[in-house]
Amino acid sequence: MVLIMADELVKIDHMTKKYDENTIIEDLSLTIHEGEVVVIVGPSGCGKSTLLRCINGLEPIQGGSITFRGESIDGKSKHINEIRQRIGMVFQSYELFPHKTILQNITLAPIMVQKRKKGEVEKEAEELLSRVGLLEKKDSFPRQLSGGQKQRVAIVRALCMHPEVLLFDEVTAALDPEMVREVLEVLLSLAEQGRTMVIVTHEMSFAKAVADRVVFLDHGEIVEEGRPVDFFEHPKTERAQKFLNTFTYDKVEKAK
Amino acid sequence: MRDLGIDVLFKGSNMLRLLEGLWVSMRISLISVVISMVLGLLVGALMTRKSKVVKWFTRIYLEIVRVMPQMVLLFIVFFGTTRVFGWNIEAEKAAIIVFSFWGTAEMADLVRGALISIPVHQYESAAALGMTELQTYVHVIIPQTLRRLIPLSINLVTRMIKTTSLVMLIGVVEVLKVGQQIIEANRTSSPNAAFGVYATVFLLYFIACWPISMLSRYLERKWC
Amino acid sequence: MIMSWEIMRAYLPLYAKALLLVLKIGWIGIALAILIGVGCSMIRHFKIPVLQRLVSVYIELFRNTPLLVQLFFLYFGLPKLGLDIDAEVCGALGLALLGGAYMAEAFRSGLEAVEPIQMESALSLGMSRRQAFLHVVLPQAISISVPAFVANIIFLIKETSVFSAISLMDLMFTAKDLIGLYYKTGECLTLLVIFYLIILLPVSIVGSLVERRLRYAGFGD
Repeated sequence: MVLIMADELVKIDHMTKKYDENTIIEDLSLTIHEGEVVVIVGPSGCGKSTLLRCINGLEPIQGGSITFRGESIDGKSKHINEIRQRIGMVFQSYELFPHKTILQNITLAPIMVQKRKKGEVEKEAEELLSRVGLLEKKDSFPRQLSGGQKQRVAIVRALCMHPEVLLFDEVTAALDPEMVREVLEVLLSLAEQGRTMVIVTHEMSFAKAVADRVVFLDHGEIVEEGRPVDFFEHPKTERAQKFLNTFTYDKVEKAK
Repeated sequence: MRDLGIDVLFKGSNMLRLLEGLWVSMRISLISVVISMVLGLLVGALMTRKSKVVKWFTRIYLEIVRVMPQMVLLFIVFFGTTRVFGWNIEAEKAAIIVFSFWGTAEMADLVRGALISIPVHQYESAAALGMTELQTYVHVIIPQTLRRLIPLSINLVTRMIKTTSLVMLIGVVEVLKVGQQIIEANRTSSPNAAFGVYATVFLLYFIACWPISMLSRYLERKWC
Repeated sequence: MIMSWEIMRAYLPLYAKALLLVLKIGWIGIALAILIGVGCSMIRHFKIPVLQRLVSVYIELFRNTPLLVQLFFLYFGLPKLGLDIDAEVCGALGLALLGGAYMAEAFRSGLEAVEPIQMESALSLGMSRRQAFLHVVLPQAISISVPAFVANIIFLIKETSVFSAISLMDLMFTAKDLIGLYYKTGECLTLLVIFYLIILLPVSIVGSLVERRLRYAGFGD
């Protein structure tokens, strides 16, 4: 029996994830509270993306449990679609639907899944689009947009479902450097609104700015977690220090 | 149980005759395939040239092959040449001419596709490494082109074999025709022979084509 | 070589009749082929047990044998089992079975070309698997398969040229018959080519227009 506190939104309890015999995540526990921004960092292949996918029921887990407001998240259960409506997810490669216009991309799920009125959904979609500066693109197709624009649309698409928590899976990793900022600024403004977010990213200065809590994942386990100031300025573990060092360069000493 | 007319196949040399008939189709296919591959390589390479004349010429050629049924081409060569040039082409030769004409276009298109699928930066990076044009082709371009080309051209072989069945309609005695003759000859003793014989011909074609298709698919998975 | 317009004009109605027959059988056969193809590729896509195996056997059998042989078996072989099939039905059926196998392969590669993460992104928006398949995966798979479908349709129309073998009075039959009767080879062959162009050129042109259209509407980055 897992005890659920009132403001606990997502609770991961001793979760284990394996692909065949390879253990990706082992005995991991993490709780996301309402209104909290949790940033997950770690080297490539540490299991951070897999963790996000598990929270959305896209990957079956082999041990422990993941719950959303006390309800178990299981990709095979009947209720998974209802739970997923309340968990928004944005992917690294945007994954807009190429055969639908921008507006249709955003309104498809609210109309079809939530059975909301078309007019009302479109109005909200347009409002959200204008907030990210893309209203004039509403009748374009995804292929006509830049990567940064596509990713902003993907965020709007997730928002339009009124999710209670948003999962961001390396949303700037596929972008050209000059487009990273336009996407991260959207994330920052969402954080300001007090939304609950779980962000996987490689942008350390962004992580430092946006996070309420930083979780450092390595080899499928949480090595260190804490306030961003503590983690980035004074990492406690050697593994975290080593990881953070990969983002800085020493001056080259030229041989004479 | 109803007589399925399979016993006919084991009478006398009937099975052997069917196989001989199959060999006639195979021989026509193989000769046409060899001609198509050689000419296809040449035409395909030619198609990547920038000359407008060559482009138009090959374009029209490909378009004719694309929209004209091989059967129609076969009729034109078989019946038409007699009238126009006064030649009397044997059915088998007419078939080889038509299937080579068709196969060359198909092969050329595959060659062209394989050649243009090699990205420009492959040429550039080879040049950047200081390779000569010859070295670039021998070590970089041709190996990659072949990997794309071989599975597809093996697939062309099965299509050629299947298309060769058309020669029956201009009077070549191949497997289907032999089947027909066997059925005719055993009309009274084995009235249901049509089922057994045609089922056998069906299977013979399958046995001939299927392994080649599998090989082509296997290579395509492995290389492409 | 001089050709007589008079003769060609006289033959015209016969060819026109044959054309209608080819169009009738062709369109029924191709429509059925698309249905069979889509059905089979769904069965394989969703890995429905037993049926999946049967579909694979069917596809391999019909992709690796010529239509002519298939027609001989259907038209002359099956009646011996008591299954008498009318020549026109047989033509349409043969075309449908052959085409179904090709369409199934075309549609399957269309389905495979849609990245699994598209499905996941639809699921993450709360769609059911069925909704995600119907509204996200399927439309993309269809667009991707269109060029292959068009190529298959052209291929199938060309294949109808063997119908004369089961005594259907198609264009080839008409041409051969007239050549045999009156020896007007040039005229007969010219009409044959013209009539096949009448069928195939529009299909070819419309096909490439549709392809271009689709490419514009939703695909390619």
